[in-house]
Amino acid sequence: MPSLAPAGDYRSSYREDMTIFLTRNSRIGLLIGIVLVACAPLALGRYELGLLINIGFLGIAALGLNILVGFTGQISIGHAAFFGFGAFMSAWLHERWHIPVVFCIPLAGIATALIGLVFGAPAARLKGLYLAIATLAAQFILEDFFARAQWFTGGVAGRITEPFELFGWRADREESYLYVVLAAVIVMYAFAANLMRTRDGRALVAVRDHYLSAEVMGVNLAYYRTLSFGIASFYAGVGGALYAHYLLFVSVEAFNILFSIQFLGMVIIGGLGSIMGSLMGAAFMVLLPEVVQVGADALAGGAIDRALKLGSSISFLREMAVGLAIILFLIFEPNGIVHRWQLIKAYWKLYPYSH
Amino acid sequence: MDWSLLLQLTLNGLIVGALYGVVAMSFVLIYKASQVVNFAQGEFLLVGAWVCWWMLTEWQLPFWAGFLFTLAFMTLFGIILQVVVLRPLIGEPVISVIMATIGLGIFFQALMKWIFGVFAKPFPPIFTTERINLLGLEVQTVYLLSLGISVLIMAGFAWFFTASKHGLAMRATAFDQQVAQSLGVSVPKVFAMSWAISAVVSAVAGVVVGVVNGVSSALSFYGIKVFPAVILGGLDSVVGAVLGGLIVGVLENWAQYLDANWLNWGNMYSIAPFYALILILLVKPYGLFGTKNIERV
Repeated sequence: MPSLAPAGDYRSSYREDMTIFLTRNSRIGLLIGIVLVACAPLALGRYELGLLINIGFLGIAALGLNILVGFTGQISIGHAAFFGFGAFMSAWLHERWHIPVVFCIPLAGIATALIGLVFGAPAARLKGLYLAIATLAAQFILEDFFARAQWFTGGVAGRITEPFELFGWRADREESYLYVVLAAVIVMYAFAANLMRTRDGRALVAVRDHYLSAEVMGVNLAYYRTLSFGIASFYAGVGGALYAHYLLFVSVEAFNILFSIQFLGMVIIGGLGSIMGSLMGAAFMVLLPEVVQVGADALAGGAIDRALKLGSSISFLREMAVGLAIILFLIFEPNGIVHRWQLIKAYWKLYPYSH
Repeated sequence: MDWSLLLQLTLNGLIVGALYGVVAMSFVLIYKASQVVNFAQGEFLLVGAWVCWWMLTEWQLPFWAGFLFTLAFMTLFGIILQVVVLRPLIGEPVISVIMATIGLGIFFQALMKWIFGVFAKPFPPIFTTERINLLGLEVQTVYLLSLGISVLIMAGFAWFFTASKHGLAMRATAFDQQVAQSLGVSVPKVFAMSWAISAVVSAVAGVVVGVVNGVSSALSFYGIKVFPAVILGGLDSVVGAVLGGLIVGVLENWAQYLDANWLNWGNMYSIAPFYALILILLVKPYGLFGTKNIERV
């Protein structure tokens, strides 16, 4: 991707080059964004807050997948299975061992990371489409495990989970759980942004850009490929645990291959190899079905609605919209929303002399 | 041990496996010609079977006419997909191409559910189903027919690639695109043709399965069962695809037998191939007949 930094880029030290916020305004902008989300319960209803919470935990899991796909150049078609594993793990830890939910969530992340390392073992040797197929197998094997492991997942009946609680403060409503997810999003995104500035982060990017050169320069390929799989699973596990304590019920059927594909869609639509892009992609994927719903509602009762059976087949329309969005983004905007956003910023920065 | 049951299961496995082999072959065809891993292969079966079903029930066409229409439709379908979706992605990273075919897969699966509903619908009776006795085993004639069609398609492939001009052009393209181009092969045409042939062959398999089991979205699962088969056989080997398909077909039936008698895990029929897949990838990632990819800097 060509650099979009326009003229007037006066970075002269490595310290300045490594900074997360290029300008003071971007730092202020982010703070304003966080404050706006924190104030959201004042203005939004429960349904809209629920959407925000969805964007939050899906955004965490999508960030994990982006570290794997966008930064390391590996691929996983089994992300939803790891997300589900995190959800069940957190619920099981709380119920079986009575660990407070606050600790269950990170512990579920760690447990999922371990499982991810097991399935990521082939990742040390495989790449590209072979890895895609291996993770596809992982998806089906884990899905089968969920359906069978009664003690762990509650079988087909599913598992009921307890709400988040900290010093007597119960986050069992959208208004309060939003802050839990917001805090988790900030921590996880800050961790990822900083990870990418370390030696390990640069090694991951080197593996993606040219793994042979990376190996020649002393990057241990097997180690970093497996590590990136572990990190991705950790994020998926934390996202899944947050999901479990939000819905308060985890069902076995939720974590199917379509969900995995949606995660990949988030990463591609948001922008491969972009931290904030993961969040944008998650927001896009959460809001897309809503837009389809609004469109179907607008046509409801009319002749088109009767002819096409829109009302009764809304779930198929949503799936079609997901597939179509992925294809259209790949063809017309392969760098994702983040790239579009940078173009818009560059346009205003250079206005009116953009050429 | 119940030997006759085991034998019966093996035969069933071979019959289903031959269909897997056919689908795997058309998967390998696309991969060899255009280096695209087609995750929407199962949707080819689905679309083909639904189109044929629609022709036969809504339009009351005789089977041969509906079948020919389906083949013509799938030829166009394959070409249009290649030209509209896959051609703009030439030169993009593997991940983008994989994702595009996955996107196509969910799109068409949902579209078919929207148009035709979620329930399995039977084909109008085409052949009188009877059972015949083969070496002491009861076999439905439809199954024998499906086996016959599979073998016919495989023979057709063998002829196409060894004797026909287009088949040779395709092999030349698979070997080296630049050399093929300099020898006068139109590479874009070969790409489009490989998608068309793959779509048509998959649709034939889809119609066969539809005639036997009824048409439903479960058909697209064949596209996923293809992966164990092609990985076992080697991603770029047509012979390997057929053999891999047969092995997977037999394996899932044996796994079910093992499961029903001793393990009692349940669901082994559909999961065993994926365990096998992981094992193969760990031990011998290029499969039985695949080309080993040796990289030099």
